[in-house]
Amino acid sequence: MNIDILSENGTAVAVLKGEIDHHSAKSAREQLDSFIITMQPDVLAIDLSGISFMDSSGIGLIMGRQKLLKECGGRLEVRKPQPYIRRVLRLSGIERIVRIT
Amino acid sequence: MEILNEIKFSMPSLSVNESSARAAVSSFIVQADPTVEELSDIRTAVSEAVTNSIVHGYRGTQGRIDIIVRLLPEREIYIRIKDTGCGISDVKQAMTPLFTTAPEEERSGLGFSVMESFMDRLSVKSSVGKGTTVTMRKRLAPHGG
Repeated sequence: MNIDILSENGTAVAVLKGEIDHHSAKSAREQLDSFIITMQPDVLAIDLSGISFMDSSGIGLIMGRQKLLKECGGRLEVRKPQPYIRRVLRLSGIERIVRIT
Repeated sequence: MEILNEIKFSMPSLSVNESSARAAVSSFIVQADPTVEELSDIRTAVSEAVTNSIVHGYRGTQGRIDIIVRLLPEREIYIRIKDTGCGISDVKQAMTPLFTTAPEEERSGLGFSVMESFMDRLSVKSSVGKGTTVTMRKRLAPHGG
């Protein structure tokens, strides 16, 4: 999985590309946590438009970053999940905690 | 059980093999001409079962994961994923949504929920110290349906 982090109107956007599973989530977690701790963004949006596969490891990845951001005074958003990935998100009930657009 | 076609493969419980298992199962199932959604459902269920074996079954040790995929009559897919890891002491509890024994690894506790939701039938048989066998079935929609 590749991650590009850019700034867009004061919001940090992490664009994820590839597949999210237990294996790939480890490096994604490290990269995102390093960015959150260093930059302390008010808002971090995770753009899933380039993610072609995601299992429940992706839910853990999102929930973990949401928790860390909250501790740092920030907020997490999820953007542009493909329809199939939206089904996995819906199953988890994560939309009650994280804004998904 | 009438079997129209079958593959069996075995792999070490390395996390890098999660994608290999998905790819192998997908390439076999494509012959049944599933929809994109059906294929995604099966890939996800396989990924969850294999990850459970790696994270929970073998818990930092290494063993083997045996996978059988069968194409049955009436477009039914049968998948069996077996490990010889530590096993599950309470299968009912393990299948409770959001229950996890590995929160430090950010496991969401949704693996079995995903398997149940995305497949038609799920069976989990486990014996402590001997391992766990997950069997899943899914009937693909009729052609043109």
